[in-house]
Amino acid sequence: MAKTITLEVARYRPEQEGEPAFENFDVPLNKDWVVLDALNYIKDKLDGSLSYRWSCRMGVCGSCGMMVNGEPKLTCATFLTAYDPGPIRVEPLRYFPIVRDLVVEITDFMSKLKAVKPWIVRDEEKPISEGEYLQTPRQLDNFKQFSMCINCLCCYAACPVVGLDQHFIGPAAIALAQRYNEDSRDQGKEERMDVLSQHDGIWGCTFNGECTRVCPKNVDPAGAIQQYKIKAVTDWYKSLLMPWGKK
Amino acid sequence: MKQSHAYTLYHPKWYRRRVSTWWWTQQWRSFKFILRELSSLAVIYFVALLLWLLWSLGQGEASYRNFLAWMESPLMIAFNVIAFLFVLYHSITWFNLAPKAMPVRVGGKRLPDWMIAAPNYAAWVVISVVIAWFILGGN
Repeated sequence: MAKTITLEVARYRPEQEGEPAFENFDVPLNKDWVVLDALNYIKDKLDGSLSYRWSCRMGVCGSCGMMVNGEPKLTCATFLTAYDPGPIRVEPLRYFPIVRDLVVEITDFMSKLKAVKPWIVRDEEKPISEGEYLQTPRQLDNFKQFSMCINCLCCYAACPVVGLDQHFIGPAAIALAQRYNEDSRDQGKEERMDVLSQHDGIWGCTFNGECTRVCPKNVDPAGAIQQYKIKAVTDWYKSLLMPWGKK
Repeated sequence: MKQSHAYTLYHPKWYRRRVSTWWWTQQWRSFKFILRELSSLAVIYFVALLLWLLWSLGQGEASYRNFLAWMESPLMIAFNVIAFLFVLYHSITWFNLAPKAMPVRVGGKRLPDWMIAAPNYAAWVVISVVIAWFILGGN
């Protein structure tokens, strides 16, 4: 028989269990298998009741974020062989309420995300007859890194502030706010600053740096937050020294 | 909690895990992070110490000598050495984080981290040497 590896999968079935417990499954250790393949194998062959989220299997949709041996990972990009000889412990993303097995409740994040208006805000749209909003490659470079965020929430599961203070708006929401702030077509900086300059916004961050370390898309939310802090402070001084200037 | 977990269709029972007070002892990385946060207390301490020194200097010679005698006690020396190590740790991590918080772009390209950290370290050394020269050169 081919080599196998043990997955210790967190199960939480609210109709059966008061709290999550681990269940072990042996899955084939194929060298081209990622943790998500192993979960799919369990669901297909061993226990069809296992619940988890996934969609694209290629690091784009951001659905399959889970804790793998205590680290937030995209399970579609985490190879089993990296953990040989195992066991591999698979848990739902940390700090989120668990709905069932590996599925977490993310409504809170969705409302935080919406609060920072992650879309292009215009004071006035120009008429279509004037054509598109042009952008130079350099202007694109300013925000491209932040636009790579896929909302997989690995950064929330890594951030101790998120764990300790449920009101903290969190790394991805701030990085995505920065993605639009830095966009030359956007005019919504002030509206976003109102939300982000609060205590629960950028100032909640202690620059632990874990978000950037775990980000599977190299977005660098920690960098975005610190740059935002500096901007907030310089804006404040400017408005203090030149109250007549444009805010 | 009672073990009655009847499943209700429209009221999902979410499970929330409490974060332990000792979460930062689980990983070396988080422990270093908390050490860094604590190191800001050492920074406050040295500011207070400097103010105390200036204050006792203003109170006249006897008071200043008293201050110096207090500083020479082994207990204070040990305490200050520990506090100084914390301040060193604080400064080094601070300078290492600077490039992350203040990326500099030249010609559309981000400068490598060391090019931002290095001038910070250089300024630190120069200022320290100048201060040391003032204090030690006076005698």
